Amino acid sequence: MSKQLIKNDQLIDDNWQVISLADEATLDDAAALPIPAGPVLIPAAAWLAQRDALRARAADQGDIAVSLAPTFRVEDIADDVQRFAMIAVEFPKFIDGRGYSTARLLRERYAYRGELRAVGNIGRDQLFYLRRVGFDAFLIPQEQNAEAALQSLNDFPEVYQGAVDQPLPLFRRRTA
Amino acid sequence: MYHYDATDKAIVHARVKQFRGQTERYLSGQLSEDEFRPLRLQNGLYIQRHAPMLRIAIPYGLLSSTQLRALADVTGRYDRGTGHFTTRQNLQLNWIELATVPDLLEQLADVEMHAIQTSGNCIRNITTDHFAGIAADEIADPRPWAEVLRQWSTFHPEFAYLPRKFKVAISGSLDDRAAIRVHDLGLQLVKNDAGEIGFTVYAGGGLGRTPLIGHKLRDFLPWQHLLTYSEALVRVYNRYGRRENPYKARIKILVKAIGSEEFARQVEEEWTHIKDGPSTLTAEEVARVASQFSPPAYEKFPTNDLASIAAQYNNKAFSRWLERNVHGHKVPGYAAVTLSLKAPGAAPGDTSVAQMEAAALLADEFSFGELRVAHEQNLILSDVPQRDLHTVWQRAKAAGLASANIGLLADMIVCPGGDFCSLANAKSLPIAAAIHERFADLDYLFDIGDLELNISGCMNSCGHHHLGAIGILGVDKHGEEWYQITLGGAQGNEARIGEVIGRSFAAAEIPDVIERMITTYLAHRHSDEPFGDAVARLGLQPFREAAYRKDPSAEKTAGDAAHV
Repeated sequence: MSKQLIKNDQLIDDNWQVISLADEATLDDAAALPIPAGPVLIPAAAWLAQRDALRARAADQGDIAVSLAPTFRVEDIADDVQRFAMIAVEFPKFIDGRGYSTARLLRERYAYRGELRAVGNIGRDQLFYLRRVGFDAFLIPQEQNAEAALQSLNDFPEVYQGAVDQPLPLFRRRTA
Repeated sequence: MYHYDATDKAIVHARVKQFRGQTERYLSGQLSEDEFRPLRLQNGLYIQRHAPMLRIAIPYGLLSSTQLRALADVTGRYDRGTGHFTTRQNLQLNWIELATVPDLLEQLADVEMHAIQTSGNCIRNITTDHFAGIAADEIADPRPWAEVLRQWSTFHPEFAYLPRKFKVAISGSLDDRAAIRVHDLGLQLVKNDAGEIGFTVYAGGGLGRTPLIGHKLRDFLPWQHLLTYSEALVRVYNRYGRRENPYKARIKILVKAIGSEEFARQVEEEWTHIKDGPSTLTAEEVARVASQFSPPAYEKFPTNDLASIAAQYNNKAFSRWLERNVHGHKVPGYAAVTLSLKAPGAAPGDTSVAQMEAAALLADEFSFGELRVAHEQNLILSDVPQRDLHTVWQRAKAAGLASANIGLLADMIVCPGGDFCSLANAKSLPIAAAIHERFADLDYLFDIGDLELNISGCMNSCGHHHLGAIGILGVDKHGEEWYQITLGGAQGNEARIGEVIGRSFAAAEIPDVIERMITTYLAHRHSDEPFGDAVARLGLQPFREAAYRKDPSAEKTAGDAAHV
C-alpha cells in the first residue's frame, strides 16, 4: 500500500492502530471497549468512559491518541489534551466543517502542541485550510494521490486572516 | 475605491490558478461531481438549466468604469451578451462554458475582480448601501469596513464549510438601505456619546423558507473588535448550527432555537477568549483602507438647483426622470443618478454589453469613473454635477437606461426564475413582463407612487418577495407553476415580512389581481400615503377581497389555467 499519511509535509507510514465504536454505541459500550496495547487511536467517548485507567496508562506509556467525531465538544477533554500522543479529528463528509473550529480551539485555547491529524473524507482541496487551522498531519484516503495532494499546501502565497499557522493577520504584516 | 496592492493581486491570481487546476481535474475525471461541486460553488459557478451560471463578485456593489468594461468584455466574449445584476450587488452570466471559466477569471483578476465565495456554504459577498459615502444621513462610510470584512472573510480557513451560506450586510446611515435586518449578520455603524465609531450588531435575519427579522445582539461594538467578534459569532454558528437539513441550517434557525439572548451569551463567551488578540483592528489599517475611499475632487457649486433645472428644460419626461431617478447628495451641486435596468419588456437587472459600455462611459465623463450596483438591481452614478443632468439623461435615454421608474411599481426586484435557474419552482420573468405590460402607462405608475413589488421563483427568495409591499412567490403544485401573493412587506429600518393573502394564482391571473389590489389602494388611500402604509393601516382584508373578487373574466381565466 502506498503511503497516505502526510505529516510535516512528508509522506510517512501510519503506525497507529485504530479502535472504533459503532455509530450507535452507548456509554456502556464505550466503557466496555477493550483497549489493546498501543499505540492506539481510540474514540474520545472511550477515553471519557475509561478515563481514570487510561490517564494512568497515558502517563506511563504515552501511547494513547483520541479521535474526535464532528459532534464532539472539545471542551470535554480540555483538561486532558496534554496527555494524548496524537489527536485525530474526523471528517466523515468534507463539507462538514466543524472540525476546523475544533482544531483552532485545541491549538489556540487549549495549547495542544502534539500531532493533530485530519482523517476521513478530506483531500488536496481541503489541505490548505486544514493546515491553517492547526493540523500538521493528514490521512489521505486510499483512492487519492497523496503525493499530488501535498502540492496544494502551497496554493496561496499569502493569507489575510490570522489563524494557527500565522497568528498575525495580514494587516499587521503589510509593509507600507 | 479600494485598489489592490501586490499581495491582494497575488492572492486573486493564485485563486485563478488553483481553480484552473480543479477544473482540469474535474474535466479529466479525476474529481467527481460531488467533490467538484463545493469547489466550483465557492467560485460562484452553478450548473444551471442551460449552461453553467457564473456569479461574479462586485464587493459591496462598487465598480470602476474599467471594471465595468471588463465585465462587458467577458459578457460579450464568454456569454451571449447579457449580464444580470442581482440583489447581492453581483453580476450573473447565464451562458458560460465551464472550460472557459479559468480564462474568464484570469481576465477579471487583471482588473481586481473575482468570483470568490459568491456561492457555497461560506461567507458571501458583503453588501452595503448603494449611497455609501454620498448620503446626507450617513453616520460613517460603511465601505472601508466592508473591505476590511471582505479581506477577513476571503479564504477564511475555519469558515469554508459552514452549515449553510452566510450573508453579511452593513449600513452606515440612519436610513437602512442595505436590508441589514434580513441578513445572517447585519451591522449598523453608530457613534457613541464620546463620538467613537462602533456597530450595532444584528444576527439571525433572513428570507428563504423561514423568513425572520434579525435580533439585536449588541448595541455598541467598538470598531476595534469587529473581526474578533465576527469570528466568535461565526464560530458558534459553525459549531452548533444544524447540518442535517439544508432548510434548517441557516444561523437564523439556531438563533431561533436557542433564543437570541442565549445565542448572544454564547458569542460573548467565545469572544472573551479572542478579544484583544492579534485580529483586533488597528487604527493604521482602518486608515489605510479608508484613505482609498476618500471623496473625489468635487467642484465647488454654490447651491442645489434641481428645481430650476427642471424648470429650465420644461420637459415632462426629463422632469419625471429627475423626480424618480435623481437622488440627493451631501455635496452641494451634485446628485446621484440611477440608471434604470427596469426598462419595460426587459428582464429586471439585465444589461447588454452595449449598456455596460455606455454606463462606463457616463461614469468616466460625469461621475469620476465609478459606479454602484444597487441591491434593487439598478446601476448608480454616484457623483454627477447637477449641471450635467440633462446631458446624462439624454445619453442614458439613448442607451435604454433612463426609464423614469425608480421606486415605482415597475422597478421590480426579480430573480432569473425558472427560465434559467434550476432551483426555481416557477418562472418569474414572464410574470414581471406581464405586470410591466399592464402598468405600461407612466402617468398611472406615477399616480400609484412608491411601491416595491418583488418576485421570487422559489422559496430561496433571491427576489426578496417577503420584503415587497407586494410579494409574488412562484410555487409548484403538482408540476404546475402557481403564484402566491404576500402583502405588507418592507425593507429598511422598519423591515417587515409580508403576509400571505390566501390561495395561489395561475400566472395568467396575476396582472388582474395586482390591478384590482391597486385600484382598491387608490380608492382608499389618504393623500400621499404609499401602498405599503395603506396596507398597514387598512389590514389585508380589503386587498384580499379585491384579489379574490369574482368577476366573470377572471373566473374564466383562472378556470382555463387550472385545467390545462
